[in-house]
Amino acid sequence: MARSAQPVSSLPGVAAAFLVAALILGTLAAVALRAEAGHGFSSSDWAALKFTLTQAVLSAVISVALAVPVARALARRRFPGRSLLIALLGAPFILPVIVAILGLLQVFGRAGWISDVLVYFGASPIRIYGLHGVVVAHVFFNLPLATRLILQGWQEIPSERFRLAAQLGCDGKALFRLIELPMLARILPGALAVIFAICLTSFAIALTLGGGPRATTIELAIYQAFTYDFDLGRAALLSALQLTLTAAAAFAALKLSRGEGFGAGLDRAIRRWDGGAPVADAFWILLATFFLLLPLSAVVLSGLSGLFLVPFIVLKAALVSVAVAAASTVILLLFALPMAAAVAVRRHSVVELVGILGLAASPLVIGTGLFIIIRPWANPSDLALPVTALVNAAMALPFALRILVPAARDTVSRHGRLALSLNMEGWVFFSRVLIPRMRPQIGFAAGLAAALSMGDLGVITLFADPEIATLPLQIYRLMGAYKMQAAAGGALLLLVLSMALFWILDRGGRWHAEA
Amino acid sequence: MLKLNSCLIANGAFELHANLYVEAGNSVAVIGPSGAGKSTLLEAIAGFREISQGQLFWKEGELTKQVPGKRPIAMLFQDGNLFPHLTAAQNVALGLRPNGRLSKPEQEQVTAALSRVGLAAMGERKPAELSGGQQSRVALARVLVQHRDLLLLDEPFAALGPALKAEMLDLVAELIAETGTTLLMVSHDPQDARRITNKAILVADGSAHPPAETQQLLDNPPQALREYLG
Repeated sequence: MARSAQPVSSLPGVAAAFLVAALILGTLAAVALRAEAGHGFSSSDWAALKFTLTQAVLSAVISVALAVPVARALARRRFPGRSLLIALLGAPFILPVIVAILGLLQVFGRAGWISDVLVYFGASPIRIYGLHGVVVAHVFFNLPLATRLILQGWQEIPSERFRLAAQLGCDGKALFRLIELPMLARILPGALAVIFAICLTSFAIALTLGGGPRATTIELAIYQAFTYDFDLGRAALLSALQLTLTAAAAFAALKLSRGEGFGAGLDRAIRRWDGGAPVADAFWILLATFFLLLPLSAVVLSGLSGLFLVPFIVLKAALVSVAVAAASTVILLLFALPMAAAVAVRRHSVVELVGILGLAASPLVIGTGLFIIIRPWANPSDLALPVTALVNAAMALPFALRILVPAARDTVSRHGRLALSLNMEGWVFFSRVLIPRMRPQIGFAAGLAAALSMGDLGVITLFADPEIATLPLQIYRLMGAYKMQAAAGGALLLLVLSMALFWILDRGGRWHAEA
Repeated sequence: MLKLNSCLIANGAFELHANLYVEAGNSVAVIGPSGAGKSTLLEAIAGFREISQGQLFWKEGELTKQVPGKRPIAMLFQDGNLFPHLTAAQNVALGLRPNGRLSKPEQEQVTAALSRVGLAAMGERKPAELSGGQQSRVALARVLVQHRDLLLLDEPFAALGPALKAEMLDLVAELIAETGTTLLMVSHDPQDARRITNKAILVADGSAHPPAETQQLLDNPPQALREYLG
């Protein structure tokens, strides 16, 4: 048995994977069992499907189309603040959706800055609610992601190619066709598919900026079927539709993209010899920067004035959110670490499958299923917070695995033999070698999980009663009551807390970590 | 005595045959052309590679199916012999207890081992704060506290300069003489083999040959070794 000797057992990880699969598939089954036979699609279901696909296609195409010139400009220009801007491009991933929406409303809304200017010149203000509002918000979140993915493609072009092209006197369009177009042809399908898949499951954006019969996503329709009509059969049917759609999209995205997205080394500028177009590059960089920074500064500005006026209920919700985020992070690590160890030791299709399943799973579907399962035994709203923590952890799991698995693999391959020769196995290896060696990645994954959970406005909307709220839900309720100043103060608090949680955990992981 | 009884070690398409024994207390060099399977032989003895046919014995006990940590063997690899997140003393302590929790007398053993290799004051340092030679000494201190009958070296000093490497080999020679340990050492350099071994196993053409006198083997090399030595 010497050949298969491994320092850690993969059993706990496989067991964890089965539990996650049971959560995702079991809740789906619970929903499916409630779906009544003969309950066909209504016209509003078809409208939801059509809107979901339309907005996802538009969001993906616009994000990627804008990201190409921005990434190109970032790849070939060096300027002060460049690496800061690139780091900032990673921020929307952990930015609470409700915060971004408040910011976008203040810039693009009916009473927003741009509308003010338009009204001043006698034009009519912008209407942000509806399809274009949903798309603007999606572009806000996914333009940075697309830029990072495409920038990575640019960075991976060996600089020798550019040197050779310069030698041959090839620049402008010729250079683009010779070197850059093949790279884009390789990268863009994956970027489009990833963003399309992300936008399919959009809930909070559709909840706040969409709504109405003509701007309802499937995810939002599930919520409406559940909360307005308590029509579990319809919720089940929509859930099945949603899962089919997201599973297909996630599968396509995984096939087309080469992963990464958290890629390191993006702040390196490639030496190039073609002049490019400095003015155009500056335009694109400024446009992207303003598009990102304006809504965020709007939140900070209006939040500062509202911060001292936030009602006590907001502070209470903030404490609840921190507790939920902490619990969610612990749950995530309890599942992700054994799973990462299992994959590092041996290829386990069930563990890897769960990683993909997590990408395709919809929090609203899991939430609906859990509600159906819990209801005969307990009052679901009593369990609103534990359920939120659990579902948030399940949603963060695919990202955590992508961060943790390479580090676990590396640790096992570098230290596995030495550990085995010293008889360090099982828990001893896990706690004395694997965890300490993976600390930076664990900190990063924990930071992402905490920030994602902190900002999540999803499953909590199904479960919460008026007494309980997380901070994002509380802000949403304040917005619904047109208490915009209190909402802005809460949003700033949420922004600071999310970023602080991420920063502390990520920093803590890298603190005194040896190479 | 270490006995490889008609062993076949397979690594993909590569196969190595070994039918030989090594007397306890000997120092044996493992020499031969690159890619002939010197490391493979050591890995199989240490338990990192499966022996698909034949048996491996140490004294009366059969090791063939034992897990690496249970074999009476300490091994140093080409690299990665220390855990970078643990101090020198903690790394040495792992040789006594895999969980690193030591009794008082065991802690004293660690301190003694560190002083024996000349690192008395360095116990609290992490590997990154030690030079390459000092890192090798920490690994040797761990070998000391492990009290294993066999020591396998898979070129752990290859990255050190010639003078430092000679110093380490002399330290190994002293330590194994003090403890009566049997040594098997992969070597690319005939000088290293002459320096501290009395016997040598030639690994070439898919088999590991029984040990011969190091001196004689190097002075009158067979064809395969002659091509390698040049």
